[in-house]
Amino acid sequence: MSASSSSLVVQVRGLKKSFGANRVLDGVDLDVHKGEVVVVIGPSGSGKTTLLRCINLLETYEEGSIQVDGVEVGFRDGPGGTRQHRGDRELSRIRADIGMVFQLFNLFPHLTARENVMLGLRKVRGLSAAEAKRTAEQWLARVGLADKFDSLPSQLSGGQQQRVGIARAVAMEPKVLLLDEITSALDPELVGEVLTVVQELAKDGMTMIVVTHEMTFARDVSTRILFMDGGRIQVEGTPRQVLSMTNHERLKAFLARIEMKHH
Amino acid sequence: MLYAIRSLPFLWQGLLVTLEVSALVVFFSLIAGVILGVGIVYGPPWLYWPIRIYSDFFRGIPLLVLIFFIYYGLPLFGLNFTNFGSVVLALSAFETAHIIEVVRGAIQSIPRGQNEAAKTIGLTFGKRLLYVIAPQAARRFLPPWINAVVDTVKGSALVSLVGIVDLMLAIQQVIGRTYIPMPLYVLGAVMYFVINYSLSSASRALEARFAYIRE
Amino acid sequence: MTYHLNYDFIWRHFDRLGWGLVLSLELALISILIGMAIGLSLALAYTGGGRFIRSLVAAYVEFIRNVPLLLLVYLVFYGVPSVGGFAYEATAGFVITLAVYAGATMVEVFRAGLAAVPGGLTDAGKAIGLTGWQRLIWVRLPTMFRIVLPSLSNAYVSLFKDTSLASVIAVPELTYGAQWINTNSFRVIEVWSVTAPMYLVTGYGLLFLLQRLERRFAVH
Repeated sequence: MSASSSSLVVQVRGLKKSFGANRVLDGVDLDVHKGEVVVVIGPSGSGKTTLLRCINLLETYEEGSIQVDGVEVGFRDGPGGTRQHRGDRELSRIRADIGMVFQLFNLFPHLTARENVMLGLRKVRGLSAAEAKRTAEQWLARVGLADKFDSLPSQLSGGQQQRVGIARAVAMEPKVLLLDEITSALDPELVGEVLTVVQELAKDGMTMIVVTHEMTFARDVSTRILFMDGGRIQVEGTPRQVLSMTNHERLKAFLARIEMKHH
Repeated sequence: MLYAIRSLPFLWQGLLVTLEVSALVVFFSLIAGVILGVGIVYGPPWLYWPIRIYSDFFRGIPLLVLIFFIYYGLPLFGLNFTNFGSVVLALSAFETAHIIEVVRGAIQSIPRGQNEAAKTIGLTFGKRLLYVIAPQAARRFLPPWINAVVDTVKGSALVSLVGIVDLMLAIQQVIGRTYIPMPLYVLGAVMYFVINYSLSSASRALEARFAYIRE
Repeated sequence: MTYHLNYDFIWRHFDRLGWGLVLSLELALISILIGMAIGLSLALAYTGGGRFIRSLVAAYVEFIRNVPLLLLVYLVFYGVPSVGGFAYEATAGFVITLAVYAGATMVEVFRAGLAAVPGGLTDAGKAIGLTGWQRLIWVRLPTMFRIVLPSLSNAYVSLFKDTSLASVIAVPELTYGAQWINTNSFRVIEVWSVTAPMYLVTGYGLLFLLQRLERRFAVH
């Protein structure tokens, strides 16, 4: 089931997930092709973050299938046509090809910026110390932190920490990058520096799925926008189509609320 | 007052016993406590409850009760420990319960996002523990552990009640000969204070140094 | 070695355990109340005072917390009368010791509690014109008490277990009762198999009840 020649990077089919009695994902289908920037918008509780976290199996799910580059992420074929959960080792190998950047950064506080980026390169990709150092420094310079190699996270601003987070994820050369509201926890004046970095990554062809409230970013950088509500994808289309749509009540209401917040 | 100074060599012997008991207890309880603490956090459910019951039991009874029970009761089970062995056993069992809680607290106070971030760069369970969790847990573990060491030294004074000639009993014996209690109690207090205050100062210094680890 | 369990002696003298338990609870209660008074005054002195006051309070706290309770018990009960010329009976002597011991813990509890009162509340008090004393009594202390309730519960249960040390100066609390039964019957397993659960059940029971109370009053 390899898909090396296809440009389909992520394929989600019939994804259903509940937290207890709460049905958070109610049948989600999604195709993401190489180089696409798919932005997911929607009210809180609509399942957008959960969708992202299911893709790299930070959350398990009851029904559905998620494939990244042709490989089913969470499960393998078991005896008699059943499916089994993947073990930690297999899962880790697959996760190495899926990058994630978090709302709360989640940098390793005991490591410098450089070491944060190097950890995956050394212990997962198997690079030598020298190679890892060089690669880490290149990526940190790419995100504008060439003077912060030896800084600890506690010495960095929110925007700088998030850029390290991006470097850490991207240095692994993932097949797809998942961005989970990466600017929501930042002071407004720091949001721009982070979004600029993401925009450049998009220009360089990185496949991304982005959950965000930043409508300007969504409009300018995405190739496709998804509006989620109640655990399902309600509207899907190009930025122009989705953001100027006037006949979908819930979408209109949501966009109006977002507009008011930002002005 | 002169008696107090002249009794110093005798007190010194007692102090050595106190330190010996404390060191042994710290050693055993650290090993057992860390193993059981990691076990209760990462182990399977059938491991959780026995460790939990052990921890809650030994933290719920007074140390003195435990010492009396083990000291008087062990021979009845056919286990003929020396007096010294019994008290080290009792104190170690007691302290292990506390260390389990310190370890558990250290690991569980690490934000969930750390483990998640480690997963997203593809680290396996063992590597996540080694490179991300353990370094952060160790820094959260040290200050409360040093407090536990101080508690061990203070708790060791109870062995004087079952005939072990530690610093506490040495003080009592000198008073028994000289009938001058106060200077000796003060001297003893100073000796315990010097040991424990140094330890708690070290703990405070460590806490300050690793403050950057905490959010 | 055969050993036949025989609880007769225990039940015949159970009053020593039962009433001993009651006394333990009383000793802990009186000590924590006095300790809270000591702790609160010293915490306020520390927070409001200058360097000299702060070092005095710190010295008291550091001394008590780094010396074994057993030594403190002896010091107060045997040592002080020998220089002071007066004597007190064992129970009073122990309560004094445990109260002073509790006070040291309470200073830290209240100091941290006061610091944890949100600054905004004090500002709100200033804004409606309350004086410093009024803010303290009507705004800061009530809030502080709600914040420190969990620490107070834990401290009380801890002191309850510490009352076992009163047995060394023959105060007839629970551990003393158990030791009496122990040395007069050699029914070691029987007596401790009753006494230990008495501490456990009482201790955790108290914690449970106090946590129920907390949920009604505490602020998180």
